[in-house]
Amino acid sequence: MKRREFITLPATSLGGVLLYTLAGEPLRLQAQTGDVRVPLRFFTAAEARVVEAACARIFPTDESGPGAKEAGVVVFIDRQLAGPYGKDKYRYTKPPFVESVPEHGYQGKQTPREVYREGIQKLGDFAELPAAEQDQRLRAIERTTFFRILRQHTIEGMFSDPMHGGNAGLIGWQLIGYPGPLMNYRDEIDKAHGQPWRRKPVSLAQVVGRPVTGWEEEKG
Amino acid sequence: MQRLKPVDVVIAGGGFVGLTLAKEITARTSLSVVVLERGQPRKTADYSTGMDELDYALRFKMMQNLAEETATHRHSARASAVPIRQYGSFNPGTGVGGAGEHWGGISYRFYPEQFRLATFLREKYGARLPENVAVQDWGVTYDELEPYYWRAEQLIGVGGKAGNLQGKRVDGGNVFEGSRSHDYPNPPHKTTYATTVFEKAARELGYHPYPVPTATLSRNYTNPDGVSRPACAYCGYCTRYGCMIGAKAQPTNLLMPVLQKRKTFSLRTGCNVRRVIHSDGKAEGLSYLDASGEEIVQPAGIVIVASWTLNNARLLLLSKLGEAYDPATGKGTTGRNLTHQVSQSTRVFFDKPLNAFMGAGGLGIGISDFDGKEGLDGYAGVLRGGNIRVMSTGEGPIASFGAIPPGEASSDWGAEWKKASLGWHDRAAAITSEAEHMAYRQNYVDLDPTYTDQHGDPLMRLTLDWTEHERAQGAMLTKVHAQIAKAMNTQSGGANSRQLERYTVTQYQSTHVNGGAIMGTTPEHSVVNPWLQHWQAPNLWVVGGSAFPQNGSGNPTLTILALTLRAADGIVDRYLKHPGGLA
Repeated sequence: MKRREFITLPATSLGGVLLYTLAGEPLRLQAQTGDVRVPLRFFTAAEARVVEAACARIFPTDESGPGAKEAGVVVFIDRQLAGPYGKDKYRYTKPPFVESVPEHGYQGKQTPREVYREGIQKLGDFAELPAAEQDQRLRAIERTTFFRILRQHTIEGMFSDPMHGGNAGLIGWQLIGYPGPLMNYRDEIDKAHGQPWRRKPVSLAQVVGRPVTGWEEEKG
Repeated sequence: MQRLKPVDVVIAGGGFVGLTLAKEITARTSLSVVVLERGQPRKTADYSTGMDELDYALRFKMMQNLAEETATHRHSARASAVPIRQYGSFNPGTGVGGAGEHWGGISYRFYPEQFRLATFLREKYGARLPENVAVQDWGVTYDELEPYYWRAEQLIGVGGKAGNLQGKRVDGGNVFEGSRSHDYPNPPHKTTYATTVFEKAARELGYHPYPVPTATLSRNYTNPDGVSRPACAYCGYCTRYGCMIGAKAQPTNLLMPVLQKRKTFSLRTGCNVRRVIHSDGKAEGLSYLDASGEEIVQPAGIVIVASWTLNNARLLLLSKLGEAYDPATGKGTTGRNLTHQVSQSTRVFFDKPLNAFMGAGGLGIGISDFDGKEGLDGYAGVLRGGNIRVMSTGEGPIASFGAIPPGEASSDWGAEWKKASLGWHDRAAAITSEAEHMAYRQNYVDLDPTYTDQHGDPLMRLTLDWTEHERAQGAMLTKVHAQIAKAMNTQSGGANSRQLERYTVTQYQSTHVNGGAIMGTTPEHSVVNPWLQHWQAPNLWVVGGSAFPQNGSGNPTLTILALTLRAADGIVDRYLKHPGGLA
């Protein structure tokens, strides 16, 4: 049996970070302390460190607020790749695979899992490099299929419902003032014209009052 | 293979079309009706946990599984086609309700001259029509269809404001539309900041803004069937989602509650129809694989093909029913007149936040000053126009992130991009257009010679590209977008604002792909007659967007429903009394 691999998310205290908010008022995130050890489903610990480091350059942690690292984007990606999406269960994958014009999109044979495995391998000792060198390496691959899906997945991991493993503590939604999937704006929609309507965000599970699982949990 | 006991009517497809026909036939006759749906049962309660952008809007959880079946595409008959391997330009659904579960609810009528477009264009432009244009008259006029439009609007509860009531112009509605016998059953939606800014600017420019008509209910409503649905709550989870309160008209909340009470109706899910069985100009039934993979034949007196638009043509081609269209000779009809719509979008950036997460699939303000036959005089070579609108459909946090004006960041990742994206977040909307798409000889559907579905049947192959006409339509609309954007005091441009080049399957345009089994006045140029009855087999009906000879500018669902209700009248009031060809 495969040895269980973990990633340890850093003990980051964000209590003191001032965040830009759309309301134009600074918002303080709740302090988070203590390390979190998350079991990995697809990546090895070494692979997860590379992905985590790359996502942190795509969506960095800086004076404009927390980033991919604090949101746990690497956990999101790990779960996506372990699930049906990562295995291309919903993509047409019959041969022949023929390269075509750009208007036909990705025609490759590789699954998202395979694209990641190969992309991570090519990044080598990426996690150990200083930020400027990391940026240089990413710049060199920014037109590749791997980088395009890594960038897309980083945004998804920042701003998708936390049931998918990212957006930890609703950090992404706090950052952009998204209130979560609230079910009723009948009284607000035509009153808040040009004024920010912002609330402390809630997750889908909080909205519906029961646990909700993402598609990535589908077996098979 | 198992051959079942015959039924009176068998229908392929449990979407808006199939279930509307089942409702009409079981209400007005004692015939037994069986609907075969390849997907799974669905109901409003299933959607309460579906307010998830990732799984539904970005991973397409409600759509047809492309691993099992997709289409191929090529730009011309000279090229070889490749599969549409992942979702892009359009989104067919699967499961009870079909794509009618995840649509946005926008419910336009087409313009009167659209229904006689070949005649209209010949009269107006004579020999100056573009090469290879294959537009045709529908064989039904707007006036003949108007009562069915009205029935469809009542069925789904469309909200809006009439602009042409019994021939009288009504300001505040779409003053360019065809005459309506009645105002909309429901009032327009509430407005948002983005739509009000657009409306004011459009009015100042001398245009005629109106509320976009929508089937996401603007108030609690009970339709003529006695089905009650609540007013929309503007949660914004409409397009690509099922409505969790039933405010958006969907077959499962609108038609199934009626059908479930009918003893003569039965619905079989997990049943994938593969062939229409026929001989000597008569359809005998449908052959399908049931959920366990067993091949079943369901014989029936009347056979109705009501799958997602293009799949209708594919099913006829797989069944070798009628003659496949050949673009080289112009002979044959099945597969001809494939159309999409000309979609154009210009991003606009506001100086104030929009709360863009609030909205509804059909909430918007539009103008039609450049739609149909209007406003084209200054644009040489543009024969048909399109709508222009700002919609507040409810934006998800993932897809809306990163919309920044051009020049704000040198890259689309990293610190500079992040800062700009956060600063501009919730400030971007889009002025969008959907223009009519004329039919051309070279755009059509046939069976792919290489790629197959999960059962080994050929995929359908789309041969489709834009011509100079569509590029000119796009350029015209973009020019007006820029003019309105300026009047709105917004910055415009950026990633989503581009000129139409070649047809792409990678970018979502709309699910308004139509044609392939078109209606018309002669069997030489159409697959079905004006009652949507197959010319070669009078007991076979092929119903849906497949029947559009070319595409109008509005969203097609309401027109599909109007044609469906008229087909039901054809079956019940005419065919059953005198079985045989109705035209």
